[in-house]
Amino acid sequence: MPEWWTYTLSDFLLFSPRTYYRLIQRHNEAVWPAHLVTLILGLVIAASLARPSAQRGRVVSGILALIWIWVAWAFVWRRYATINWAAGYLAWLLGLEALLLAWIGVIRGRLAFGWTPDATGFLGIGLIGLSVLVYPMLAPLLGRGWHQAEVFGIAPDPTAIATVGLMFLVGGRARSALLAAPALWCLAGGLTLWAMHSPEAWLLLGTALSVPVGIGAKRRPTQGARGRPAP
Amino acid sequence: MRPTRRAVLRAMAAGTAAALLRPLSALALPAPITRPIPSSGERLPVVGLGTWITFNVGDDPELGDECAAVIRAFFREGGRMIDSSPMYGSSQAVVGYGLRKLGSPPSLFSADKVWISSGSRGPDQIEESRGHWGVSRFDLLQVHNLLAWEEHLSTLFAMKAGGRVRYVGITTSEGRRHREVEEIMRTHPIDFVQVSYNVLDREVEGRILPLAQERGIAVIVNRPFREGALIRQVERHPLPSFASEIAAANWAQFLLKFIVSHPAVTCAIPATSRVAHVIENMGAAAGLLPDAALRRRMAAHVERL
Ligand SMILES: NC(=O)c1ccc[n+]([C@@H]2O[C@H](COP(=O)([O-])OP(=O)(O)OC[C@H]3O[C@@H](n4cnc5c(N)ncnc54)[C@H](OP(=O)(O)O)[C@@H]3O)[C@@H](O)[C@H]2O)c1
Repeated sequence: MPEWWTYTLSDFLLFSPRTYYRLIQRHNEAVWPAHLVTLILGLVIAASLARPSAQRGRVVSGILALIWIWVAWAFVWRRYATINWAAGYLAWLLGLEALLLAWIGVIRGRLAFGWTPDATGFLGIGLIGLSVLVYPMLAPLLGRGWHQAEVFGIAPDPTAIATVGLMFLVGGRARSALLAAPALWCLAGGLTLWAMHSPEAWLLLGTALSVPVGIGAKRRPTQGARGRPAP
Repeated sequence: MRPTRRAVLRAMAAGTAAALLRPLSALALPAPITRPIPSSGERLPVVGLGTWITFNVGDDPELGDECAAVIRAFFREGGRMIDSSPMYGSSQAVVGYGLRKLGSPPSLFSADKVWISSGSRGPDQIEESRGHWGVSRFDLLQVHNLLAWEEHLSTLFAMKAGGRVRYVGITTSEGRRHREVEEIMRTHPIDFVQVSYNVLDREVEGRILPLAQERGIAVIVNRPFREGALIRQVERHPLPSFASEIAAANWAQFLLKFIVSHPAVTCAIPATSRVAHVIENMGAAAGLLPDAALRRRMAAHVERL
């Protein structure tokens, strides 16, 4: 891009905050009661994380893959792309994340989830808590009302934050590949919110920045967190 | 306050003919001040309508209707030029929706752009844009931000020769690639150039605006309010008393009258999502415009704020 230094972030913002948040609201209204389904799927993930089992990696990866296919198609491709021509590319990226989760986590069974009391473990649990408990509260707290609440499994931002958090609970090299798409989404989404002067920008940008930290930090090895699940 | 000698009353004679063509409901409104397109003599109101961000509302029916109401008010106030681009998301389709709701107003002056890095894909993009607008042909097609301008300009000149577009132009904004813009203005028979210009960003006064006058090129001014930031900045202060000398009732009119009173400027294209604002903005195309001395005073005043 010529004279790139003359561009500011707001030069890339294609829509107004009002249009964007109304898009979220209209999506919520259109897909309700899918929120209840994603809530149940979220609880299944939480229960799987709490109880070690041989199939835990496959269950969590499978649910995440399904959720990403749904979010990429229903929100990013069908809705967000109506106001952002770049969203089509992002939908493919998130679709690829779903395929990777299905391939690495479900088919090959290479994702072993397990919590360890180290920096990455705390970061992971913290991000999952942020996504599930804090993110949906932001819209009402910031005066936009419940109809514009962004919920895990429905809206991409909390889903990306939760995915990063979950990948921090995984051992092995595969997680780096699985962190790329949600980290990129957090970066792009964070910059968009930043240009819109939305305070949530910090949460997404912070999550994106935590990815290199999480990958770099040494994990304390625990059973079930070493790449292959216990048989 | 009585207008001083420094305030010039711009003749509206040319607007009278336009007023006769306007729908009955609009006859009560005074015709806006117009300026000729140098290459044809066709006159355009000095205030048009931009669509970046404000009209990119996707398939939201409520916001789509709000945009349609802005378009309706724009035409009611005597507006003609609407500017859009394939870069602006759903804006072109939203313009098309607003126009269809109004029954395709014949006074529309459609200004769109071609914005694609491949020259050979330009015609398809233009055709798609035309479909979104629902017009039989565009009045003006501009090469957006000089992207692949050599290839696109040859397409556009061929379209003009074939009667498939009436005018050809190029655009830039915020001072980018001005040397290239000047070069194209000197070497190609373009009808329009679109640049950023406002009371604080006056770089184009140095070379581009005089060159446009010299070469007989119409000038469209984008970013008249720095995407709203300028108006938010000045609105914290009271309007100076001399604003009444040019019948500027608010800051929007003050800022727009500064722009359109430059003799090289054909029109400014502020974007808005609000009916009240489009009415305010069209008000800048009425009454008095400042002369050179008052323009200097206006710029100095805003610089001090
Ligand atoms: N390279 C290019 O070709 C290029 C680049 C930039 C722009 N453009 C064209 O130029 C047009 C204008 O530029 P722009 O949209 O960037 O910025 P602009 O017209 O300077 O500013 C638009 C902003 O001003 C606000 N506004 C409008 N009228 C107002 C009023 N009377 N009082 C208070 N606020 C008012 C609008 O908010 P509300 O919605 O609240 O009224 C909107 O946020 C664009 O829409 C586009 O068509 C072309």
